[in-house]
Amino acid sequence: MAEYAMLIEYKYCTGCHACEVSCRNEKKMPLTEWGIKINEMGPIKMSNGKWLWDYVPVPSDLCDLCADRLAEGKTAPCVLHCLGACMEIVKVDEIGKALAGKSNKVAVYLP
Amino acid sequence: MSERRIDCGDGTFKCRTCAWSPPGDHPVGCGMYLTVKDGKVVNVEGDPDHPITKGRLCVRCLTLPEYMYNEKRILTPLKRDPKDRGKDKWEAISWDEALDIIEERVNYIKANYGAEAIVAFQGTGREATLYKTPLAYAALGTPNSCFPMSGDSCYGPRCSVADFILGAGYPELDYAAYFPDRFDDPRWERPNYIVLWGKDPLFSNPDGFFGHTIIDLMKLGSKLIVVDPRVTWCAAHAEYHLQLRPGTDAALGLGMINVIIQEDLYDHDFVENWCYGFEELKERAAEYPLDKVEEITWVPADLIAEATRAVAAAHPSSWMWGLAIDTNSNGVQAGHCFLILAAILGDLDVPGGVTLAVPASFMGKWRYECAQQLPEGMMDKQITDLVQYRGFQAAHVIAHPDCILDTLESGKPYPLKMAWFYATNGIANTTNAQGKRWFKALEKMEFNVVQDVFMTPTAMGLCDLFLPVTTFAEHDGMVLPHFGRNTHMVMAMNKVVEVGDCKSDLEIDFMVGKRLNPSAWPWDNVADFFTEQLHNGGVDKTFEDLQEEGWFMMPFEYKKYEKGLLRSDGYPGFNTPTGLVELQSSLYADWGEDPLPYFEENKMTPYTPGREDLKENYPLVMITGGRETTSFHSEHRQIPSLRAIMPNPLVQINPETAAKYGIEDGDWVCIENPLGKAIEKAQVTPTVDPRTIHAQHGWWYPEQDAEAPNLNGVWKSNINSLIPHRAIGRIGFGAPFKNVCCKIYKVDGLDAFGTMSPDTEEGAIGTDPAAWDITRDGQEA
Repeated sequence: MAEYAMLIEYKYCTGCHACEVSCRNEKKMPLTEWGIKINEMGPIKMSNGKWLWDYVPVPSDLCDLCADRLAEGKTAPCVLHCLGACMEIVKVDEIGKALAGKSNKVAVYLP
Repeated sequence: MSERRIDCGDGTFKCRTCAWSPPGDHPVGCGMYLTVKDGKVVNVEGDPDHPITKGRLCVRCLTLPEYMYNEKRILTPLKRDPKDRGKDKWEAISWDEALDIIEERVNYIKANYGAEAIVAFQGTGREATLYKTPLAYAALGTPNSCFPMSGDSCYGPRCSVADFILGAGYPELDYAAYFPDRFDDPRWERPNYIVLWGKDPLFSNPDGFFGHTIIDLMKLGSKLIVVDPRVTWCAAHAEYHLQLRPGTDAALGLGMINVIIQEDLYDHDFVENWCYGFEELKERAAEYPLDKVEEITWVPADLIAEATRAVAAAHPSSWMWGLAIDTNSNGVQAGHCFLILAAILGDLDVPGGVTLAVPASFMGKWRYECAQQLPEGMMDKQITDLVQYRGFQAAHVIAHPDCILDTLESGKPYPLKMAWFYATNGIANTTNAQGKRWFKALEKMEFNVVQDVFMTPTAMGLCDLFLPVTTFAEHDGMVLPHFGRNTHMVMAMNKVVEVGDCKSDLEIDFMVGKRLNPSAWPWDNVADFFTEQLHNGGVDKTFEDLQEEGWFMMPFEYKKYEKGLLRSDGYPGFNTPTGLVELQSSLYADWGEDPLPYFEENKMTPYTPGREDLKENYPLVMITGGRETTSFHSEHRQIPSLRAIMPNPLVQINPETAAKYGIEDGDWVCIENPLGKAIEKAQVTPTVDPRTIHAQHGWWYPEQDAEAPNLNGVWKSNINSLIPHRAIGRIGFGAPFKNVCCKIYKVDGLDAFGTMSPDTEEGAIGTDPAAWDITRDGQEA
């Protein structure tokens, strides 16, 4: 079991791509690889008249939550730079506590 | 607070700075550390201690090294023989030689034609906004400082309307920006609603506002009301989205004002004590019942009423107006309505409402005071139509953009001979309407100078001298949000490294100024200049202090109108002729403008009265200018990481419309109207109304042939070829960059019509009787 998890409150992801670019910079990845990638639901007007338009950043197999940075007490660049400030790294056994006060749209990634 | 410099061992260090430009950006001052190794910036990392941005950075700063060390960047001054314009025949020269050429050419122009024959152009947003006008007035000695966007359609109209109606600087959302403790400051309240009117701040980061502050406030419980013809992300997440027809903002505003007055939802105390012309406004607004407003705006009457009642009942709420107010020949009226709404609901200068400030401070004040450096009588030669545009002239000390193009083409009242392109790639499709007309007119200039970072199509096609500019990582500077018109904090840009032999905009001003008019440029270096600016702004710090501290917040008081803090005479009230918020303007009648807001169609749409020909042949409305995070207008097209995210120019088309014209997602599409055409790639999406399309602006192709006639393909996706010249409002503001007629059809590719240069059949400059002069004469006849 991983020690840390990433919580992504994608309700506030605006699809700004800062996580993707930060990750590539940090991991020195080519443009063809992704440590994290923005996926998009919608935009579509639903039958209830409301819009569905959510971006969801999805970490890939290449994501280790920047373990070396975590060990130095620094957070991952994707988390630091996220314009919507919707990502955070928490201890797995504190996920429940971290979810308090969050909205209905939260995803979890365990490396 | 964070440290200015952190040593990391092995010769590597990190230096704190706050970003302005270049790369293109507004004065937001996002906080960051730049990691330097072996004299090069190798990493960019957000500064979590920055009170506004808190470590967050967008992709344009995150890719700064790709911009700084780009193989296409120009790193030394270049000269070229004017007969070789359009050819890649540049020769590297020293700064001394560049200055010798400038001195010789300027003195030649002055001796033979007068200094007024020089015109200085700027782009938008960059530091040039502060430093170009001083170059014109205090160095070159010309009164013709010009922002070449038709109708001055970016920020200027809103600032002018705020000045006319409120006598104040830029009215901004109250996001606790002045308070070091931000949202925890006990003086601050959370806005219940934020009305985003013609604005998509997430990706425009306008004028000093950090766009994703909207998300911060949504997390705290603020709800959104979005007025926008497109479904933006904010609109999709808003409680109310009023998806109006482009350009009908004033009708919507009058309808909302009418609901508020008829249903007695306004702030009686504020209206009675601080507003002028309420009864007249009431009568005017009554001409806009919601059934009529629905017919004009396409927004259902019930939805307008619900949204209006919601914001009226939820005091305090805040109001943000965007570029769509400026890019509208009826925009002075739309902006007036917007300010009236905030005023009569009691949301001006209260916690959680709209902050106000004085109209100019620091370098924002100095740039206009430089007009005093012009010789006596020289300002009278400034090119502005003082018969029609006295309102423009009352607010501005710059030349009128549409009048400048007319002068370039006609040589009247006198010929222009030299142009200085100050951080502007004007012929790319951002500022200049009908850019091909500007290009052809500017080809006639005897001598043209450009200062920029990359070899742009404007530089390649028109210029004879290229001055290379430093990025913000390579120069010292001061970030001034809102250019001094509502500056919540002042931040330091710290020089971290050197790249090539480049200079900052201000350093170029100094060098040119010391050659041509030394008495106006007494400072030994930029640090002394900035220290003087701080002292003139009442701040007891030196620039070195600011560099060490990083930033400081400015003092702030709410309800300044009660405390005598908005007027120079110290009396309570607003700095307008009546001392009140002018619901009815006491100025407009003198300028030939209606003192009360009204709705009027823009002049080249399918809905323009008397233009059934347009409705028949060009039935769609083209909106332009929506921002993408991957570019600042025409910049960043050569940055690999950003181009990978946004490789092609996109035109958004509703699925119904796409099907009607046989267009599929990813097809290349020509957008055409009587003035010209442009080619972009279809993005089929329900976020635009079937009757409208949205076309991206600012596209050129650094990877294509840079020489004329192709000029990096600058004419191929040039949507400003479709925007009319001088189809602007009565007092000189507002061109329809977001509201012109068009038709669309599928084509084979971006190159379907060749270079589309103005000298080719497919690229020829079209005509249409859309200009204001002609329309007005038609009405009078």
